[in-house]
Amino acid sequence: MSLNIDMKVKQDVLLIRISGELDHHTADELREQATKAIENEGIRHIVMNLEHLTFMDSSGLGVILGRYKQIKQLHGEMVVCAISPPIKRLFDMSGLFKIIRLDPTEEFALERLGVA
Amino acid sequence: MKNEMNLYFSALSQNESFARVTVAAFIAQLDPTMDELTEIKTVVSEAVTNAIIHGYESDPDGKVFISVLLKDSSIEMLIKDEGIGITDIDEAMQPLYTSKPELERSGMGFTIMENFMDEVQVRSEPGFGTEIRLKKHLSKSKALCN
Repeated sequence: MSLNIDMKVKQDVLLIRISGELDHHTADELREQATKAIENEGIRHIVMNLEHLTFMDSSGLGVILGRYKQIKQLHGEMVVCAISPPIKRLFDMSGLFKIIRLDPTEEFALERLGVA
Repeated sequence: MKNEMNLYFSALSQNESFARVTVAAFIAQLDPTMDELTEIKTVVSEAVTNAIIHGYESDPDGKVFISVLLKDSSIEMLIKDEGIGITDIDEAMQPLYTSKPELERSGMGFTIMENFMDEVQVRSEPGFGTEIRLKKHLSKSKALCN
């Protein structure tokens, strides 16, 4: 099982849809692709859609936290949406929702950021 | 009834999913809930990733060992490496502590293990390796005990 990464740029928002399994092995690719887009596409905010993510461990928390730090320097916002209950537990445990916004759906997040 | 399996493999990141899927397949015979299965898979992933990144510092010549023992409705796992070991276990187990922040580690591995399992014991000797013993009683067995 691997990770599929689908990225779309909507003005200054980077929409990342990931499906499959996010662990230490697959986190590197997500880090590289997202970092490249943030640096080259004039990105300020990230919306990460986790609807089709079937597995995630603490390596996933690490790579999401890493992108939050990047986006924070650009005074942007990091949003995750469509998160499943098992993955939400990991976020709750780590306290990541204190700094990363949780929106119910991708449409909701994009609309709030004004790029729907 | 007792049932046991042993597994060892190269300390390569592509084996992390192999390890958790294999353990989950072995445990499936106890008919765990989906939540329990996810918890076990996550815990295996955390311990194996620690062995690869920290124990062997990503040296693929290292070997990661996993033993799983099923006893009635309880699961005992031993996940072991023969890597560099941990000098301060208490510090390593602190939530959000990581010795490798440059690798974007979240420092949540041991916290997740403690949250998802009933018992977590860590033994480590610098220069010789680390072993993590993990125990979990499945909800079926809890219901019977009560």
